[in-house]
Amino acid sequence: MRATVWQGKKKVGIEQVADPTILNTRDAILRITSTAICGSDLHLYQGLVPTLERGDILGHEFMGEVVEVGPGVKNLRIGDRVVVPFPIACGACAQCRRGLFSTCENSNPNAWIAEKVHGHPVAGVFGYTHMLGGFAGGQAEYVRVPFADIGPLVVPGGMSDEQALFLSDILPTGYMGAEMCNIQPGDVVAVWGCGPVGQFAIASAKMLGAEKIIAIDRFRYRLEMARARAGATDVLDYEDDSVHDKLMELTGGRGPDACIDAVGMEAHGHGPMWVYDRTKQALKMESDRPIALRQAIRACRSGGVVSVIGVYGGFIDKFPMGTVMNRSLTIRSGQCHVHKYMRPLLERIQKGEIDPTFIITHRMALEDVADGYDIFLNKQEECMKVVMKV
Amino acid sequence: MTRRDRTDLLAESLGWFSIGLGLAEIAAPRGLGFCIGVDVDRRGRNLMRVLGAREMVAGLGILSGRRRATWMWSRVLGDAMDLALLGSAMSSQDCDRTRLGAATLAVAGVTAVDVLAAARLSRAATSPGDEARGIEVVKAITVARTPSELYRFWRKLENLPRFMQNLEAVDTIDETRSRWRVKGPAGRAVEWEAEVVEDSPGQCIAWRSLPGADVQNAGRVEFVAAPAGRGTEVRVHLRYQPPAGRVGRGLAAMFGKDPAHQVSSDLRRLKQVIETGEVIRSDASIHTGMHAAQPPKRPDDLPRPVERPLEGELR
Repeated sequence: MRATVWQGKKKVGIEQVADPTILNTRDAILRITSTAICGSDLHLYQGLVPTLERGDILGHEFMGEVVEVGPGVKNLRIGDRVVVPFPIACGACAQCRRGLFSTCENSNPNAWIAEKVHGHPVAGVFGYTHMLGGFAGGQAEYVRVPFADIGPLVVPGGMSDEQALFLSDILPTGYMGAEMCNIQPGDVVAVWGCGPVGQFAIASAKMLGAEKIIAIDRFRYRLEMARARAGATDVLDYEDDSVHDKLMELTGGRGPDACIDAVGMEAHGHGPMWVYDRTKQALKMESDRPIALRQAIRACRSGGVVSVIGVYGGFIDKFPMGTVMNRSLTIRSGQCHVHKYMRPLLERIQKGEIDPTFIITHRMALEDVADGYDIFLNKQEECMKVVMKV
Repeated sequence: MTRRDRTDLLAESLGWFSIGLGLAEIAAPRGLGFCIGVDVDRRGRNLMRVLGAREMVAGLGILSGRRRATWMWSRVLGDAMDLALLGSAMSSQDCDRTRLGAATLAVAGVTAVDVLAAARLSRAATSPGDEARGIEVVKAITVARTPSELYRFWRKLENLPRFMQNLEAVDTIDETRSRWRVKGPAGRAVEWEAEVVEDSPGQCIAWRSLPGADVQNAGRVEFVAAPAGRGTEVRVHLRYQPPAGRVGRGLAAMFGKDPAHQVSSDLRRLKQVIETGEVIRSDASIHTGMHAAQPPKRPDDLPRPVERPLEGELR
């Protein structure tokens, strides 16, 4: 089959590789119909995430048609059209039973690496390094899906691929970011980062009843989409304004009741702290640049929630713990527990409460994946989301 | 501070002392000569510098932390050389006997400390907790089943190879005795016999290699109910002697270079088998060593996954 292979820093390409086979009894093999490039794939693309190997097949946002099932899968049939959550979860361990699927205790054959880095293992993820299992990804013609009796959700006949595809990751991730804010009537929610996840966090905050939603980014087209399509009430371009001052102005000095960091480890900014983080990251003295996170902690009203859904990989520096402690802040975070959110969000899509297709700016063939990564990374052509048909 | 920490601190102090003395010998041979009561001529100066270089090398060797005992013994050898030189200086005409005597006494004192440190380091190096006491590993994992179910699964020793990666087979001989086969180095199997020495249904199983085995090895597993229905804490305690004889090599093959890592990985596989029915495989993990996450090129070489219902083995 043809598959997207990481060939080195900023180099991906289509290569001919073996077709996937059933390796565990609860596996299914899918013929991919649609797949997307995730913002977190860009961290991989640039070689920023340890334990990615040359030759690894990328891609964790995908859907397709079931072409084979292992003897342990009783709930799927050949021909079913399914969308697949990006974390691989067994459904049986204590973490899965708590609904914390992205920290599944059984799905990562390389759990020991994750345990060394993070203290405890985390779930396997498709196409996302060997620390997360060494599973081939889904930017390909076919993919093997372990625990296929737990993850994949059958997509109803009337729903298009584009409507369902983002249930695999970014829609539930944005939704979880908003849900963790525990939004109450009258709440102001500020969202750092208006990429696809930020857009869905904004749209979800709106669905969950936020009074005012402030979108923060530096790209006009992204802020424009946040206002016009996702439902932000105010936008803040940090190239023009001081984030903190503007947020205080917009909230009557109270600060947002909840702050969502949808940026993560590669944040941009201004001033000495930006230079400091950029330098330390370049010198490999810190793995992640927490510029957005520091701003969010500083801006959040006392007793509020800072919800972190942007991806962090390792260690950050100059973390304002004093602010968190003295102002009674709550930090909530996590890789999305997609399994928990897919069905309710599918129902919201069916009811027309949200149409996730609004973020798609680029549609291409799998063959053009190298262009897709390049355009997305460099935000050319006002790129927001690249979807590939297979 | 443990005894080992104290020995290390002593060694480091002596290492720095070597460097300091060496620097003085190289930089100020005459001044140093005056201090110890010898008049240093040109030849003497060069000798002093050579001695200084020797001190520096020994000091750096000790501080590098590698083969510390050897470096420390090199200091003892150097001390002997110094004492001999001081002795020969004693018989020369132009020397200050009082100072020379004091210097000799000082070197003798340092020699005693060096011998003590070297002896301690040698002892520590030959017994890094391994050969003397054997390797001991304690690991635990929580599995979402009752203690009785886990006990039953484990007590059927034929099940052990399902999660112990390097164990090829366990055959039951009778009620308590069993024969274990491990994938040895270069594909050669290593076998030994073991007996169950403690068997408390639902609580614990302990086993050890039978008398006559080259090396003693013993293991014990406890099954304790975790609080509030959180399953069972499976706690494994293993003790074995590393390579010495066939069984030792077999055990080394079984537990690899890092026994603690191997045991915790095996326990994770136990959890996978009990909770999900089998050991999870990924495109990369089916290969040994680093391998790109791509589907296997020759899948027919892999064992086909078969459904093996667990319930029968747990009840």
